[in-house]
Amino acid sequence: MLKVEGLTKIFGGLRAVDDASIEVPEGRIVALIGPNGAGKTTLFACIAGFHRADAGRITLLGQDITGLPVHEIARRGMVRTFQITQPFARLSVHENIAVGAYQRFARRDEAWEHARRVADQVGMGAQLDQPAADLTVAGRKRLELARTLATGPKLLLLDEVIAGLNPSEIVEIVEIIRRIRASGVTVLLIEHVMQAVMSLSEHIYVLSYGRIIAEGAPREVVGNPAVIEAYLGRGAAERMAAGHAGAGHA
Amino acid sequence: MNPTGRGHDWLLHGVLLAVAIAFPFVLPSPFWVNFGVLALFYAFIGQSWNIAGGFAGQLSFGHVVFFGVGCYASTILQLRFGLNPWLGLPASALAGGLMGFVVAFLSFRAGLKGSYFALITLAFAEVMRILTNSVEFTGGGLGLLIPARPAASNFQFAERIGFYFVILALTVLSIAVAVWLKRSRFGAQLAAIRENEDAARALGIDVFREKVKVLILSGALCGMGGAFFAQYFLYIDPMIAFGVDKSVEMLLVSMVGGAGTVYGPLIGAVLLAGIGDAARVLTNVQGLSLVIYGALLVVIIAFLPNGLIDLFQRLFRRRGGSRGGA
Amino acid sequence: MPFPDRGTRLDLTILVSAALNGLLIGGIYTLVASGLTLIYGVLHIINFAHGSMLMLAMFGVYYLLTLLRVDPYLSLLIMTPAMFALGYLLYRFLIGKLAKGKDENILLITLGLSILIENLALMFFKGDTRTISVSYSDTMVELGPHLVSLPKVISFVAAMALCAVLGLVIRHTDVGKSIRAVAKERVGARLVGIDVDRVYAISYGIGLATLGAAACLLMPIFYVSPSTGHVFVLVAFTVVVLGGMGSFLGAVVGGLIVGLTESFGGLFLGESLGQIGISLIFILILLLRPSGLFGARQ
Repeated sequence: MLKVEGLTKIFGGLRAVDDASIEVPEGRIVALIGPNGAGKTTLFACIAGFHRADAGRITLLGQDITGLPVHEIARRGMVRTFQITQPFARLSVHENIAVGAYQRFARRDEAWEHARRVADQVGMGAQLDQPAADLTVAGRKRLELARTLATGPKLLLLDEVIAGLNPSEIVEIVEIIRRIRASGVTVLLIEHVMQAVMSLSEHIYVLSYGRIIAEGAPREVVGNPAVIEAYLGRGAAERMAAGHAGAGHA
Repeated sequence: MNPTGRGHDWLLHGVLLAVAIAFPFVLPSPFWVNFGVLALFYAFIGQSWNIAGGFAGQLSFGHVVFFGVGCYASTILQLRFGLNPWLGLPASALAGGLMGFVVAFLSFRAGLKGSYFALITLAFAEVMRILTNSVEFTGGGLGLLIPARPAASNFQFAERIGFYFVILALTVLSIAVAVWLKRSRFGAQLAAIRENEDAARALGIDVFREKVKVLILSGALCGMGGAFFAQYFLYIDPMIAFGVDKSVEMLLVSMVGGAGTVYGPLIGAVLLAGIGDAARVLTNVQGLSLVIYGALLVVIIAFLPNGLIDLFQRLFRRRGGSRGGA
Repeated sequence: MPFPDRGTRLDLTILVSAALNGLLIGGIYTLVASGLTLIYGVLHIINFAHGSMLMLAMFGVYYLLTLLRVDPYLSLLIMTPAMFALGYLLYRFLIGKLAKGKDENILLITLGLSILIENLALMFFKGDTRTISVSYSDTMVELGPHLVSLPKVISFVAAMALCAVLGLVIRHTDVGKSIRAVAKERVGARLVGIDVDRVYAISYGIGLATLGAAACLLMPIFYVSPSTGHVFVLVAFTVVVLGGMGSFLGAVVGGLIVGLTESFGGLFLGESLGQIGISLIFILILLLRPSGLFGARQ
C-alpha cells in the first residue's frame, strides 16, 4: 500500500528525518514509535505532503506521490490526523464530519447521512449537534478520527490519537481502530501509549534521532537492545539484563 | 442548526420577502423608497462581501475594486458602445468576476492570507482608482455621466419604485446564493477553509481553487451592484467607484449584522441606512452616522464577534453558534 | 532627438531636484513608518488606525498654530508627549483589553477605530482641507544648483534626528531593552519579570508619539483634512512592508525609497498617474517578497 524509501528531511542543520524507509502492507496496522523528538510527526508530515522531503521517494498503491500537494494525496486515499487536534471550531460535530464525507459524496443528504454513520462508528452519535469547540480532548481526537474516516480513505495516518485518553477511552478507541481495519482500511499510527501499540499493531518501526533503528513484530522490537537504549539511554539494555532478576520489567 | 432547514427557514424567507415587496406600497414617499433602495443596495453588496469574507473567511478591505469595475464596465459599454443598459448587469458581473479571479489568483498563489490579503485588496482598489482617474477612456477625474432618459427599457425609471424592485430582485439573488452556500458542498468546504486551512487541505480540499472560485463569485455579485449604482445615480467617478468608503460599508454591514450568516448583511444594511438617514434628518451633522457605525464595529468585534444576528438568536434561545453548512 | 548641452543639464537638474524632494519627504515617511513597524514588531498588531491618528495629530498642530500661535516645529514638544500619552492610554484601556484573539480581529478593531476617528474629525472639523502658513513657509534653500523649500529641509533633518533618537532609545535604554525582549520572546520576557502589558502600552505610545512628531513636521509642507488618513495609511504600510515588518532599518530604507518613487512617479507619469507607484510597490512586494527587504523570512 505505502512504501517510503530513503526519506530525508533537514531543517536548518538538523536532520529531522534521516534516510527513513518504511513499508505498510495493505490491510495491516503498522506503528511508528520512538522517543520524543525522534522525528515521527515530521515523517508523517512528509508522507502526507505537508513538508517537501529533501530526499527519498514515497509510493502509494504503486504510484509515486513524492512532492504532490497535500489535498492531492488526500484525494488518492491517504489522510492524516493531527497530533494537536485541528477541529473546525465553530462548526458542529456533524458539520465537521460532513466536510470529510463531502469528499466521497457530492450530494448533501448523502454526505450528511454518511457523516452520521461514521459518527456512530466512533461513538459520537449523541454529540452531533455540539459545536466542535466545546469538545473535550478525547472528543476532539475522536472527531479528528471520524472526519478523516468519513473521506473513505484507503490508508489512515493516525498521529497520537490515543495520548490524553483515560484507560476506558483507550480501550474503546483501540476497538474502533480494529474495526476500521476490519472494514478494509490500512492504518499507520504514531503512538506513545505502549499498551495500545502492543495490542493493535502487527509491525512496528522504531525511530530515533530521525533514523529507523529497528523494525519487526511487537515482541521482537520491545526486547531489542537498541530500542531500549533509545528510550532509556546508553547502557540501559545491559543494566536491565543484569538487574533483571531483582528489579523488574522493561 | 436544523440540518434539513425546512419549515422554519422558508417561513422566514417568505415573510421577509412579503414585507420587502409591500414596503414601497406601505411607505411610498420618495424618502422611504430611497431608504429602501439604499438599504437593499448595501444588503446586496454587503452580501457579496460576506460570501468571501464571512462564509469563506477571506476578509478584504478593498472589495470596492469589484464594485468599481462593474460600474465602469456597465457605464462604458453603454456610453461608448451603445450597449443596452440592462445588458450592463451581466457585463458587470463578468467584469467583477474577472477582477475577482485576478485578485484571488495573484494573492493566493503568493500565499497571502488574513491581514495581508485584506491589505493587498486595498492596494488593488487604489491602483484601479488611480488608473481610472488618469485615463481618458474612463473619463478621468471628471467621471462619467449617464444621460437621463427614464424608461424601463433603458434601465432607468421615472419612478424610484422601479429601482426598488430591481435591487430587491438582486438582493433576493444574493440571499439565494447565501442559502445555497449554507446547504451545499461548496459552502461546507468554504466553511472548512475559513476555520482551518491546513485541516481542510488534509481532507482533500483544494484550498487554492476553492478560494479563487469564491472570489470570482463574490466579485461577480459585487460588480452587478456597481452597474445598479451607476443607473440609480447616473454618475460615477474614480472616487465613487473605487474609493475606500464602499469597501468599509460592505465590511461594516456584514460584520455588524453577522458575518457568515444569510441575513447578517441585510440586518447590518438596514441599520446602516437607518442610522445614516436618522443622523442626516435629525441632526444634519456630517460623519455622525459613521462615528456610530465605527463604534458599533469595535463593540461588536470585541463583545459580539458573531454579529447582531447572534444577539437575536440568543434572545430567541435558538441553538446558536453553528456557522457551517447546515 | 538629440538635446543640446543646455537641455541635458536641465534634464539632469530636474531629475536631481525630484530625487532631493523625494528623499526629503521620504525622511518623514520613515518617521511615520517607524511607529507602525514598532507597533507591529512588539505587539504584532497591524495598526490600521495609524493614518487617522496622524491626521488627528496634524489637526492638533493646526489648531496649536491657529489658536495658540505655536510654531509647528515647537509643537514637537507638545504633540510628541501628548500623542504618547494618548497611545499609552488607548492601549491600556481599550486596545489591550480587546486585543485577544486572532490577528484579523485586531485589524478590524483598528479599522473600526480609524473609521471612528476619521468621522469624529469630519464632525468637528468639517471636511475642508487645511494648510498652515508660517513666516518661513516660502523660504527656499540652496543646495548646490538646486532650490528646495526650507521647511522640507528642516522637517527632513528633524525626522532623521528623531529616528536616530528612537533607534538609540531602543538600543541602549532599559525601556528599549525590555521592548526588544518582548518583541523577540514574550513569554520569556514575562518570566524574567518584565511587565509585558506595560511594555505593550509603552510601545503603542511610542508608535503614536512618532505620529505626533511627524504631524509637526508635515503640517508646514502638506495639508490636512479628515480623509488625509487614507493617504498615509497606504504609504506607511508600503514603507513597512517594503522594509520588512518590524525592521527599523527597513523603515529607514523603505521610507526613502517610497519618497523617491513618489517623486519620480509624479515627474514621469504626471500628477494623477504618478501616485500609482506606491500601490504597485505594495502589491509587488506582497506578491514577490512578503518579508520585505530586511524582514524575517517566514
